[in-house]
This record gives sequence, C-alpha cells and structure tokens, in this order.
Amino acid sequence: MNLVTVSGPPSSGKTAVILKTIESYQKQGIYVGVIKFDCLYTDDDILYEKAGIKVRKGLSGGLCPDHYFVSNIEEAFAWGQKEKFDVLISESAGLCNRCSPYIKEIKAICVIDNLSGINTPRKIGPMLKSADIVVITKGDIVSQAEREVFASRVNTVNPKAVVMHVNGLTGQGSFELSTLLYDKELDTDSLKGKQLRFSMPAALCSYCLGETRIGEEFQMGNVRKINLEQ
Amino acid sequence: MKNTSIKDLLEKYAFAGSYLEQNNFDISGKEEMTIEEYLATFSEEEKEDMAFDSESIVKGLEEYIKQMLSFLGEDKNDVQSLTIIGGTNKSGEAESFGEFTISTGEIIAIVGPTGSGKSRLLGDIEWVAQKDTPTSRQILINNEKPDYKWRFSTSDKLVAQLSQNMNFVMDLTVAEFLDLHAESRMVENKEDIIQKIITCANDLAGEKFDLTTPITSLSGGQSRALMISDTAILSKSPIILIDEIENAGIDRKKALSFLLSQDKIVLMATHDPMLALLGDKRIVIKNGGIHKIIETTDEERSMLHEIEAVDQKVQNLRSSLRRGEILTSDSFK
Repeated sequence: MNLVTVSGPPSSGKTAVILKTIESYQKQGIYVGVIKFDCLYTDDDILYEKAGIKVRKGLSGGLCPDHYFVSNIEEAFAWGQKEKFDVLISESAGLCNRCSPYIKEIKAICVIDNLSGINTPRKIGPMLKSADIVVITKGDIVSQAEREVFASRVNTVNPKAVVMHVNGLTGQGSFELSTLLYDKELDTDSLKGKQLRFSMPAALCSYCLGETRIGEEFQMGNVRKINLEQ
Repeated sequence: MKNTSIKDLLEKYAFAGSYLEQNNFDISGKEEMTIEEYLATFSEEEKEDMAFDSESIVKGLEEYIKQMLSFLGEDKNDVQSLTIIGGTNKSGEAESFGEFTISTGEIIAIVGPTGSGKSRLLGDIEWVAQKDTPTSRQILINNEKPDYKWRFSTSDKLVAQLSQNMNFVMDLTVAEFLDLHAESRMVENKEDIIQKIITCANDLAGEKFDLTTPITSLSGGQSRALMISDTAILSKSPIILIDEIENAGIDRKKALSFLLSQDKIVLMATHDPMLALLGDKRIVIKNGGIHKIIETTDEERSMLHEIEAVDQKVQNLRSSLRRGEILTSDSFK
C-alpha cells in the first residue's frame, strides 16, 4: 500500500483536492481510502462517503492534533492494509503552523490557497518547507500576477518541492496531481520505526495537564516567558 | 558554496538574499561567515524554535540558486508553435482533426457547453500531455516532443490565464503590486517595465487610474486592463487563455492585438460573437473531445463589422450615461 500524507491550513481546500484526485483514481481502478484527522469537528467524512470512498475519522479533542496524528497513524495504516487499499490518504489540518505530520519516505503534500496572503509561505514552518509537493488552490479567483507571485514565494521557501495548481471546484490539475501520488512499484508494509521529518513543538506544562488559572504560581514544567524589552 | 562567505555569495547571486529573507534569516553582521558557519551559530534549541534543520537549508539554497540561474539564462520566448495531436473523447472515439498547429500571433477561440471538456484541453496543454492523460492527446512544442520542465517548473508555466472571475486580493497600490510582480520575475529595468504596464493598461481601460490607486479599488474594467497588460508584459508564459472577458470598461480588440504584439498564442474560451469571430479558427468541444475545427469564414468576418458597429453604439450609450446625459432615441442611431 502507498501512504500519502496531506496537510494544510484550515479551509485551504484539502478535502476538495483529495476528492477530485480520488475521482481520477476511481476511473483507473485504483482503490483509495481516507483517514481524516481533525480537532473538534469535521463532517468531511460524509463528503467522502458520498463519493463512495471508505473513510475513518479521528478527532483529537483536548489533545494536540499533530501529536494525536502521530500516535494513531500506525493503527490507521493497519486499517488501510486490512481494507486492501492501493493508496491510503491521510488528511490533517495544520493548526499551529509549526507542526507537520510528514514522515520520512512517505509522500508529503501541503495544500495552501492563493487567498491566504503572500507572507503566508514564510509563516508556515515544516508543513510547507518539508513537503514534497505543494498544491496551490483557489487560483481561479485571483489574478495571474498574484498566482505567479504566490507560487514564487512558495518556491523560495521550498525550492525542492513540485509546486502545482489545482482547482478544487473543477478538478483542473487533479489528474496531473494523481500521477505524482501513486507509485505502483512502491509498497510500504509498515510504519514501525519510521521517523517524522521534523520534531513537533515541545510542550509539557501545567496547562497541558488541565490548569486554567492565570498567574506565575500556577505555571510549572516547560514554560517560556515573552521578551517585552526592546 | 562551502568556502564562500555569505557576502561573496550575495554578490554573485543577489537573488539568494530573498531565499534567506523568506526563510526568516537575518544575516546582518554575519556576512563574513559561510552559510554553514552561520547556521552553526544557532543552538539546537534555537533551531527547534525556528523550525529548521541546517542540512535542508543548505540543500534548498543550492537548489534555489540552480533554478534561478537556469531561469535567468533562458531566452524570453522560445515557443513558436503548439501542436495538438488528437486523442479520444469521453466515449473513447477518436478525435477526427488529426493534428492541429497554432503559432504565435494567432487567436483561437474555444467553444462548447460548460463541462464539455475545455478544462481538460487546457489541462492537456499545460501538462504537455504525452498520451498519458485521460484524452490520450499529445502536445508538441515547436514541432518537437517538449521538455518536461513545463510540467514541474514553478517559474515557467506554459499557460497564463485571465478570466472574468479573477480579482485582485492583495492589499497593495498599483505601484507596489507591479513592483512585487516584477521582482518575482527578476526583471532588470523594473521602473521602465512598470511604466510600460501602466501606460498600456490605461490605454485599454475606459477610465484612467494611477500608480497610487489600491489594486482592490480598481473598477472591473480597470482591473481587467491591468491584468492583461501585466500578464502580457511580465508573465513569461507563451500561451494566454482568456476565459469570457466582458466588454464593459475595456477595449477588448485593442487588448487582443496588444497580446499578439507580445508574441503570445491566444486561446479564448468565449461565445461572444465579437470575440469568437476575431479568432482565426475556433475549436468546437463536445463530449470531452475536439469535435471539429472551424476556420472563420469570409462571411463571418464581414458580419463582424456589423456586430462591432452595434457594439460601438452600446458603448456610446454607456459613455453617455457615465457623463450624466439623458438618452434620446437619436442616441442609438
């Protein structure tokens, strides 16, 4: 089975891009399933089911979503194998810009949109900078110049990635994307022992453990103070 | 790069500065170090905080320099013609036109109902299809099997697009916006080019605007005019697809001849007779395939004058209304 990890900021068009891409696979008889990770709520699983795609979802709730991702991806992978998918696509939202769920040797796709502003590429960390393919969406509603400037900014922070434009509404570009995601020859049989491409942000302070009160005497563990001096 | 100081590196490759800047590195005071020495000044904790690893940064920089050098070394426009070799439609039937070549300076209209396969045709061109897309079409450039760089390069895209739905979204003035675009295209004589774009845009637009206008407050016609002149002059893409541009507030005929003067191939998805008949030929799309290719007939061309005359009258009414005049039955004569 091939595993493909897709992530990107909320509402950037991940689900639309994945749906259109799977449409191309269905025509070619390639069997694809989706595991959707989110934080508090998602009804994307209904969208997938409507399109005839097998899907499971996981909500991280009170836990850091990317930590939740990495502690569950092995089980999700095993589910995909049991279902005999050719490709399992994981979809997760990059909620804090510092995180990234990408795994070494597993194809990593970052989806961002043209409307997010030209300074966004430098604000997003490893989720954008260590992706193999960067998919830019919503190109149909901004000018050619803005598309070019945005793509060039993405290329500047991640020159090694393939940058693609996909229209999540019409599907333009999704066939082309599909040719880059599935590799018949590649068969990953387990994730055990594989490593994340980048470490996740460290945390373990009293607030991680449920503290709600504000004030220095309630703060314990990994706490850092802001520098307000000039 | 190993033994070169950052200062020497930037002297040689000025664009490397934007790589460092966009990756949030402040090199001031560290210019004498090599890039590796500079990255070594960060502690493990700082690297964690800024979320980078030195090896990727160095590799990325090498790749970036390589890409930019090849971008700068290229000729402005090396695409003279585009050939489409027929594949199949949605039902698997062979397209009957055989082979179709479009050269720079030609205008080709694309007609057919929504969902008939216009996007797929455009997709095939952009992806320089080699019988490896759902239509099995093949695309040649200058009569040869093209370089795959067209598929994957960020800076070299075969097709630029202009459509009625496109808007400016950046919070910038016209001057700042053009400056930013020119910078990303790494042009040398930035000031001249910006002036040229604005002059041309004002020539196309009904109402003039200046460099200090925010791009988001331009009118529909002004935006379209700026998009066209900016795309024609700054975009490197040799093919321009125009998707249904309305006639309001912009001289479309002038816009087209301007695009052609920049050695572009112009594809127009339109059902507006004034535009479609301006084309040399039109591609009819049906059921996911190219159904036929029609050459504009002389009779059609002669009709074009009448259509334009009617359109001119409507345009005049529009101008009268803008000037605050009262229309009379004479206004439409």
